[in-house]
Amino acid sequence: MPQHIVIIGNGISGITCARNVRKQSNDDITVISSETEHFYSRTALMYIYMGHMKYEHTKPYEDWFWQKNRIQLVKDYVTSINVNGKNVLLQNGASINYDKLVIATGSVSNKPNFTGINLIGVQSLYGMPDIELMNENTRGIEKGVIVGGGLIGIEMAEMLLSRNIHVTFLVRENFYWDNILPKEEATLVSNHIKEHHVDLRTATELKEIKGARKVKSIITNEGEEIACEFVGITVGVSPNISIIKNTEIEADKGVLVNEFFETNIPDIYAIGDCVQHRNPPPGRKAIEQIWYTGRIQGETLAATLCSKKTAYNPGPFFNSAKFFDIEYQTYGKVNPQQGENETSFYWEHKNGRICFRAVYRKDNEAIIGFNALGTRLRHAVCDKWLQEKRKIDDVMSNLDQLNFDPEFCDHYEKEILSAYNKQTMKNIKGKKRRKLSLFNW
Amino acid sequence: MVPPTTTNPSLSLTEEGNEQTLYQKIGGICIAIAVLSLVAAISGVGGAYSFLLLTIIIGMFTLGVVSYALPYYKGPAGIRNNGIMFKTMTNRGTIAWIFAIVLTGFYIIIYWFPWMFEGLIRIFDPLSRLLTNQPANQWFMYGAFYTLAVLTMGIRFIGKNRNSRYHVIRTFSVMFFQLGFAFLLPMFLKKLNEPEFYFSYFWPLKFSYLFPSDVSSLINSGSLGVFMVFWGAVMTFIATPILTYKYGKRWYCSWVCGCGGLAETAGDPYRHLSDKSLKAWKIERWMVHSVLVLITVITILLWLNSYYKGGILGSVSGPFAQWYGFFIGGVFSGVIGVGFYPIMGSRVWCRFGCPMAAILGIFQRFKSRFRITTNGGQCISCGNCSTFCEMGIDVRSYAQKGQNIVRASCVGCGICASVCPRGVLKLENGKEEGRINDKPITIGNNHITVNL
Ligand SMILES: Cc1cc2nc3c(=O)[nH]c(=O)nc-3n(C[C@H](O)[C@H](O)[C@H](O)COP(=O)(O)OP(=O)(O)OC[C@H]3O[C@@H](n4cnc5c(N)ncnc54)[C@H](O)[C@@H]3O)c2cc1C
Ligand code: SF4
Ligand code: SF4
Repeated sequence: MPQHIVIIGNGISGITCARNVRKQSNDDITVISSETEHFYSRTALMYIYMGHMKYEHTKPYEDWFWQKNRIQLVKDYVTSINVNGKNVLLQNGASINYDKLVIATGSVSNKPNFTGINLIGVQSLYGMPDIELMNENTRGIEKGVIVGGGLIGIEMAEMLLSRNIHVTFLVRENFYWDNILPKEEATLVSNHIKEHHVDLRTATELKEIKGARKVKSIITNEGEEIACEFVGITVGVSPNISIIKNTEIEADKGVLVNEFFETNIPDIYAIGDCVQHRNPPPGRKAIEQIWYTGRIQGETLAATLCSKKTAYNPGPFFNSAKFFDIEYQTYGKVNPQQGENETSFYWEHKNGRICFRAVYRKDNEAIIGFNALGTRLRHAVCDKWLQEKRKIDDVMSNLDQLNFDPEFCDHYEKEILSAYNKQTMKNIKGKKRRKLSLFNW
Repeated sequence: MVPPTTTNPSLSLTEEGNEQTLYQKIGGICIAIAVLSLVAAISGVGGAYSFLLLTIIIGMFTLGVVSYALPYYKGPAGIRNNGIMFKTMTNRGTIAWIFAIVLTGFYIIIYWFPWMFEGLIRIFDPLSRLLTNQPANQWFMYGAFYTLAVLTMGIRFIGKNRNSRYHVIRTFSVMFFQLGFAFLLPMFLKKLNEPEFYFSYFWPLKFSYLFPSDVSSLINSGSLGVFMVFWGAVMTFIATPILTYKYGKRWYCSWVCGCGGLAETAGDPYRHLSDKSLKAWKIERWMVHSVLVLITVITILLWLNSYYKGGILGSVSGPFAQWYGFFIGGVFSGVIGVGFYPIMGSRVWCRFGCPMAAILGIFQRFKSRFRITTNGGQCISCGNCSTFCEMGIDVRSYAQKGQNIVRASCVGCGICASVCPRGVLKLENGKEEGRINDKPITIGNNHITVNL
C-alpha cells in the first residue's frame, strides 16, 4: 500500500525530499505551498529584480515535470495541523490526510521593533511578494538605506545599485560580516563594497525610521539623520514555525528534530530552514539556514521515508556567496576568531580583491578549513582533504589540484606557496603545475 | 505568518526600465545618423558622394556601438546583465520585433531583390575597388556590414566580459578570423584573380567546397586552387576530428566560425532568448542531424553522378544541390538564422540547422576531452547559466545534480561559467575517463557515498 506523504513548503528542502522519495518509491506525494505554484530558486530572487532573469527562468524544472513524476502540487496555505486526526487544514477550507507529514516551511524575515518599521517603503526580502513590493517601493526613487550586514543585505544593496539608487549600508559590526568572516576577509569585502560607491557605515545601528505615511529618513544610533525613500531591513531570518505554535509539535526557535528529522510526534518530520536540531552534528549549528543544508536534509529524509532509516550525516561544511563582483567560497571550519588549537595561513593579492586562507590545527597541522575570495576552489578536493585531515604542508604543495579558476586565468599557486614558506619559515616545494589546460594534449 | 499570495509574479515584473545614460544617448544619435545615411544611400542619392556616405555610415555606426559599450568599460569589471529582461530591445518588445523585421527584410532583399539596394551597393564601390579591383556587388556590401557588426559588437562584448580572459581572447579570435579570413583575404584573392576562397569555412558548412563542381574549378584555376582543395579536405577530414577531440567543438564554433562570430558579438544581447525546453532539444536533434544527413547524401550523389558522368541521376542532382543551397544555405542560415536574432536568440542556425555543428557535436559528445565541470555541490539552482546559454542547454539541470555538462550542442562559449554567481562551472579539456558522471553526486552529504 503506498503511503501518502504530505510536504508543506515547496522550497529546496521540501522539493528535494519529494523528488528523492519519488526516485525510491511509489508513494503518493503532495506538496502544499502558498508562495508560488511551482518550485523556484529563492537564491535567484535578486536577479529577478535586477532584470537578469524572470520568474520562469528561476524554476529549476519545467512545469510538466511534476505531473510526470506524480508529485501533486497544491497552491494553498496550511492553516493548521491536526496531529491526532493526521490531517492538515488549508485556507480554502479543504483538509488533506497524511500518513507522513514533512514540515519544510522555511524562514521568515526578522522584523525588529523600530519606530516606523511599518511605514511604506520599509521592507525585508525573503520571497516573491517581497520582490513585487520592492518593485513598487523603489520605483523612481534615488536613495535607499539597508540595515543589517548579512548576505541578504549586500544582495539588496546590489539590487538597488542596478537601478541607479544610491545606497547607504548600515552595519553593526566593525567590518562587513565580520561576525562570520575573519578580519582580513571582512576588510577586503568592505573595501569592495565601497568601490561600488556604497556608503558603508560600519559600527552603526538603526535607531528610528521617520516619515508620515512613507519613509522620509532614518536616524542612526549616533543621531545622524539620513534622508531616504526606501529602507531594507535585513537583520536575519528565523525559522517559520507559525503553524505549529498551537500544536503539540515541539519547537524552540525552530521545529525541534533528532538526527532522523523526527519531531516529537510520530510520522511528523521537519527539514530545511525551519529546523532546529536537538543534537546538531559535530561542528554544525542547530539552525543552519542555507540552501545546501536544505538540499542535503531533503535527500536524507527521503531515504528514511522510504523505509531506509538514515541519520543526518553531512560532510564537511561548505557555503558560497557573491559580494558584488567577488565570489566567496568556504569549506570546513573557518571561524572569525581563531580557536585555541587553530592557526591559519592567509594570503592576499596585492590588488586587494583576491585572497586565500587555510586554517589548520596547531598540534597535528591537519587542515580544518578554507576561505577563498576572488578565486575558486574545487569542492571535491576540499571535501576529500578535509575528511582525510590532510597536513597543511601537503595542501600547500598541491595547490594546483585545489584551484578551480577558469582557463587563461592568472595563477597564484607559486606566489601563495612562497608566502606560506616565508610565513612559516618552511621550504615546501610545489608539485609541478599542469600546463595551461588549453594547450596540453 | 506568511500570507498567501495571489499575484502572478511573471506578469508583474516586466516593465521596469533602466534610464538611458549619456553615453547611450550619444550612441543612439550616432546610430540614428548612420541609419538615416543608409536610407539616403538606398534611395540612390549616394552616387556622387559615395565615399563620404560610406565614411559616415561606418563611422557613425562604430561610434554609436562603442559609446553604447563605454559604460561596460567604466567601473569594476563584472557581470552586468541588468535590465535585460525589462528592455523592449532585448525582451521581445516592440522595438525587438521591428528590428527583427528590418533584419529579415534586409536578408530577403539581398538574396532575392538585390536591385532594391543598388544605391547602397554603389557607395561601397570605392572600398570594393580598393580591395578587389572590381565594383561592389551585394555580397561585398553584405560582407562589409557583417564584418563591421562583428568588430563593433565585439568591442562591446569584450567590454562587457572583460572580467574573463577567456572571453576577451576568444572574441579577439572571432574578430580576427572574420576580418582576415572571411573578408580581407578572400577579397584580396579576388584582386589577384585567384578564386575567392574562405579558409575559415569547410564542408559541410561551406558545402560546395567538396562538391565536384567546385573542386574541379578550383583545381583548374592553378596551383593555389589545388592547395585550397587540399586545405578544405584536410580541415574537414583530419583537423576537425583532432581539434574537436582536444578542445571540443568550441575551437571552431566560438573561436573561428563567422556565423558563430556574429552570434557571439552582434547576437550577444539576444542569447537569453533561446528556448530551453526539453521539446526544443528534441526538435533540435532531429533537425540538425537531418540537415547533416541531407548534405552528406547530396555530396555523395554529386560525386557518384560525376564519376558516372551523369549516369545515375542525369541532371537531377544538380538542382537538388541548388535547392539545398537555397533553403538551408540561404533561408535558414541567413533569413531565419540572423533575421530572427531578436526573437529566437542568436544561435538558431547553429543549433537547428548547421551541419558542421552537427558533426562537431557528434565528436564532442562521444570522443572528446572537453567538458564543463561542475564544482561539486556548490550549485544554488539559480538558473543564470541556463538562461544565458545561447544553445538552449539547460545547464542547471546538470549542475544542480553535480554532473558535468557534456552536450553535443555546447559551443563552449563559456558564458554559463561566467554568469554563474557561485563559480560552479569550468570549461576544461581533461582526461576522457570520468568526463561523463551520470550518477547524481552530492558532495557534502556523507550518507550518500561519493566516488571521486
Ligand atoms: C534573498 C535570499 C538569498 C539567498 N541566497 C542564498 C545563497 O546564495 N546561498 C544559500 O546557501 N542560501 C541562500 N539563501 C537561503 C536559502 O534560500 C534558504 O536556506 C532556503 O531557500 C531554505 O529552503 P527551505 O526549503 O527550507 O524553505 P523555503 O525556501 O523558505 O520554502 C518554504 C516554502 O514554504 C511556504 N510555506 C511556509 N509556510 C507555509 C504554510 N503554512 N502553508 C503553505 N506554504 C507554506 C513558504 O511560502 C515557502 O515558499 C537565500 C535566502 C534569501 C531570502
Ligand atoms: S553550455 Fe555554456 S559553454 Fe556551452 S553553449 Fe551553453 S553557455 Fe556556452
Ligand atoms: S548559474 Fe551556477 S549556481 Fe546558478 S544554476 Fe547555474 S550552475 Fe547553478
